[in-house]
Amino acid sequence: MLKQIPLADVHRALGAKMVDFGGWEMPLQYTGIIDEHRAVRAAAGLFDVSHMGEIEIRGPQALDLVQRVTSNNAARLADGQIQYSGLLYEHGGFVDDILVHRVSAGHYFLCVNASNQDKDYEYIVSQNRWDCTVENAGPRYAQLAIQGPRAQEILARLTTADLASIRYYRFVDHEVCGRPARISRTGYTGEDGFEVYLAPADAATVWNALLDAGRDFGIRPCGLGARNTLRMEAGMALYGHEIDASITPLEAGLEWIVKWDKGDFCGRARLEKQKAEGVRRKLTGFEMRGRGIGRDGYEVRVGGKHAGWVTSGGPSPTLNKNIGMCYLPAELAQPGTAIEIMVREQPVEAVTVPIPFYRRPK
Amino acid sequence: MSYPENFRYTKEHEWILVEGGTGTVGITDHAQKELGDIVFVDLPRPGAAVEAGKPLGSVESVKAVSDIYSPVTGEVIEVNELLAAAPEKLNEDPHGAAWLVRIRLSNPAELDGLMSAAEYEAYLGG
Repeated sequence: MLKQIPLADVHRALGAKMVDFGGWEMPLQYTGIIDEHRAVRAAAGLFDVSHMGEIEIRGPQALDLVQRVTSNNAARLADGQIQYSGLLYEHGGFVDDILVHRVSAGHYFLCVNASNQDKDYEYIVSQNRWDCTVENAGPRYAQLAIQGPRAQEILARLTTADLASIRYYRFVDHEVCGRPARISRTGYTGEDGFEVYLAPADAATVWNALLDAGRDFGIRPCGLGARNTLRMEAGMALYGHEIDASITPLEAGLEWIVKWDKGDFCGRARLEKQKAEGVRRKLTGFEMRGRGIGRDGYEVRVGGKHAGWVTSGGPSPTLNKNIGMCYLPAELAQPGTAIEIMVREQPVEAVTVPIPFYRRPK
Repeated sequence: MSYPENFRYTKEHEWILVEGGTGTVGITDHAQKELGDIVFVDLPRPGAAVEAGKPLGSVESVKAVSDIYSPVTGEVIEVNELLAAAPEKLNEDPHGAAWLVRIRLSNPAELDGLMSAAEYEAYLGG
């Protein structure tokens, strides 16, 4: 039995194609992945990401527990500030990649990947030597993401919050449609936009109101298909693809979320060793040159020899190219390396390029 | 979209229209809808031998790769060149301009194993 998000019936009524995503029945697409993708780049898209998990850590020593399990430096956060971080094992691999929100000095709110939430919760509890309260709060929250250059104008029609004053990676606890809402200026598309956390019972009202308010702006409901092509163009990691328990932040190009000056944390010793010895494999972007699409899991060869694997790949609707990310030996993982991607037993030419593929115009 | 009466259909959602000893093969409207935005079509070259029920080529949407299965055994005599440049035509006109290949049938009796339009619609409905 698939787990149901609160709005599953609303999505079906909009004509969504529903799929099993990590045990959740989720909308894959409504009008089409390319149409939805372009709407987000040009105007706005609305995503129901209520499958995402939330974990709350409370107590006088909440910061100690957050600092122990994550690689970024949560001590730098002010109230209302957010950071991207790694939840790491002692061996340096990812339990998950997460967003850490500081609600107050004794209260942190973590947004975690849907299929990892139980594992993350148990891992955090196992590291809790400080008598913090750790809550697996997923069922208490729905999450809607409104993304795109018109997102602020649309959301502004439904809230009294001063959206212009919410800077990137900041949030406020306010209201949308008169319902309590946590409004974060974050996203997973490479565009400006907001992620709104609210009670599941309020989700349908806010979803419908956002679609109505955005109609004149060209808003589209968007599914997981467009979410994936958008995040891939923006070079953002997806757990189970670019990162997992066997991959460290140094390999994934995420050393910026490892803060060496923060003191001890899970995985630190292994990461220090890896940094001292040199990282052997690294994530890089690629573009197809030959006819074919490199997709997740396909083998990468260099000069006819096995060299790595594709973590994510597919067409880029913005660039009109076939793009992807792959792991390669560190010495080959720089822009301009000629590689071959094995597409149905045939090598197809590609070349490595920097990540990200797309940056929004300033 | 209705399913043409003069086509025969496979359970894997291909169609074939036989005129003389030649079959024109495509994917059904149902198949293109299930696939979503089609971005790449991989087809055999003219002269290739194909076998009923075996992969003939593949169609890629944004999201995934799907094999196309040949409805019949025979030889590919023509490939629709339109699709290399404009794969999205498969979403727009799957029963017409976006046919995939023409095959010279070596065993026309295989057609008896395929579904009629009415049978295919019932198959989709079931």
